[in-house]
Amino acid sequence: MTTAAAIPNAPSRFRLPRRAVSPLILIALWEIGSRIGLIPARILAAPSQVVATLFDMIASGELQSNLVVSLGRALTGLALGGFIGGGLAIIAGLSKRGELAVDPPVQMLRTLPVLALVQLFIVWFGIGETPKILLIALGVSFPIYLNLYNGIRGVDPKLIEAARTFGLSGPALIRHVILPGAMPSLLLGLRMALTVSWLLLVIAEQINASAGLGYLINNARDFLQTDVIVVCLLVYAAIGLTADAGVRALESRALAWRPSLIKG
Amino acid sequence: MSRSDTPAVTVRNLSRSFGDAQILTDLNLDIAPGEFIALLGRSGSGKTTLLRALGDLDNCYTGTIAAPAGRAIAFQEARLLPWKTVRQNVGIGLTNVQRATRVDIALGEVGLAHRADAWPATLSGGEGQRAALARALVREPALLLLDEPFASLDALTRIKMHRLVESLWQAHKPAVLLVTHDVDEAVLLADRVLVLEAGRIAIDERVEIARPRDTADPAFQRLRAKLLRGLGVEIPEPRTEDRTPPQLRVVERREAVA
Ligand SMILES: Nc1ncnc2c1ncn2[C@@H]1O[C@H](COP(=O)(O)OP(=O)(O)OP(=O)(O)O)[C@@H](O)[C@H]1O
Ligand SMILES: [Mg+2]
Repeated sequence: MTTAAAIPNAPSRFRLPRRAVSPLILIALWEIGSRIGLIPARILAAPSQVVATLFDMIASGELQSNLVVSLGRALTGLALGGFIGGGLAIIAGLSKRGELAVDPPVQMLRTLPVLALVQLFIVWFGIGETPKILLIALGVSFPIYLNLYNGIRGVDPKLIEAARTFGLSGPALIRHVILPGAMPSLLLGLRMALTVSWLLLVIAEQINASAGLGYLINNARDFLQTDVIVVCLLVYAAIGLTADAGVRALESRALAWRPSLIKG
Repeated sequence: MSRSDTPAVTVRNLSRSFGDAQILTDLNLDIAPGEFIALLGRSGSGKTTLLRALGDLDNCYTGTIAAPAGRAIAFQEARLLPWKTVRQNVGIGLTNVQRATRVDIALGEVGLAHRADAWPATLSGGEGQRAALARALVREPALLLLDEPFASLDALTRIKMHRLVESLWQAHKPAVLLVTHDVDEAVLLADRVLVLEAGRIAIDERVEIARPRDTADPAFQRLRAKLLRGLGVEIPEPRTEDRTPPQLRVVERREAVA
């Protein structure tokens, strides 16, 4: 996901080839190293081998079916975590009492490294789908909660007061003023949540999966198929990039009113 | 100006303090329906505090306030919702029917029809103020509360806004309370100019100069000087020695009323 940072202000197409030169040289060196036996296939498969394996896996449908399983886990966890984190943020953001009830425990839980909970989750929920999805949901709920909560608290009280004098209250006030005002923060939180969900997916899929990208990687490891492992890593990366681009597109639509996004 | 006997606004013994600071003290005020009031006062004298109490934004006061339910406020900063277009901002809190029938008319009245679909962030300061004014007027309020709505505008835009507010007021006849720092603005627009001092209405001047008013009018100048003195600003007396007949006429008229 760190590569995502390089993409945003995608320079004009003319500069792309220049920026592609050094990666292409590296790939060429890698290929040559593999061909002359400097890089053994059980350490790292050659790029040409990786591409061939990619096409094989697509042709057999193996890649797509496992990808669907992984995506399903990530999206379910994301939805669940977004729902929980978002709901708690709304409760804590909208009232002092809600804040007192919700914020202290959430802030305490936040200090736990989610990855350290893997073993506990296995004890609690076994090794099926449940611990995988819950792990992702838990990790996702924190960035959503923190950002949405801050966003709600950051809405200009003068705007809220003005909207009140013009007759907005209750749900209408939340819908027309508070949530749109918190939207920039929420979208930031969503981007962080996507990164987290993808990271946790990789970890969660190490828990005895029988399908999914992680399962493919585990299997490949047992047979020293480094080409399959590299293909799966590429897919992880591609999906991370796609998700980030998706949020970016959502952002430019949902935040079209922002001065920086208004087009000429 | 026709004034019915039942005032639009009645304030009795209004007191408001923040901690130890007593800002309003037993303040009394009547505003007739359709009357245009300008409220002057030093910075920190409590003008906004009074306006917020009248606008039901603050209820931590003692005393009584009777004001019409139909109230609308235009704040010093336009306070448009940045994520809604100008048209949506003006239509906020209206029923669907009202939104369909009134919003575009109100935008036309303030000269913003062509900016109806713009985002607030793209408006100039004056356009933002006009949008805020449209948002207040579209509610057809019986009481319009304006808190220094022109303070951040340049002189030219301000003159245009004065004309706009005067004509809209004449067309719709709400009672208006305009908070301002600008004595000229007060005398130009108001039926009555009030000065808030030490928590009370210290000066209550009726402005009997015929509309449209001209700042060069000697009667205008005299009232302006009087108000400025009331605000503690010493300015040289307007040339009272060389009174010309027109000036005298106006003075007589004013004194006959006072
Ligand atoms: N919420 C508050 N808490 C504490 N003090 C306040 C509060 N609101 C206003 N005050 C104080 O009350 C006094 C009157 O404030 P107010 O805003 O009514 O002044 P104003 O006449 O509108 O001044 P200006 O012309 O500068 O806008 C000020 O001294 C201000 O500091
Ligand atoms: Mg004020």
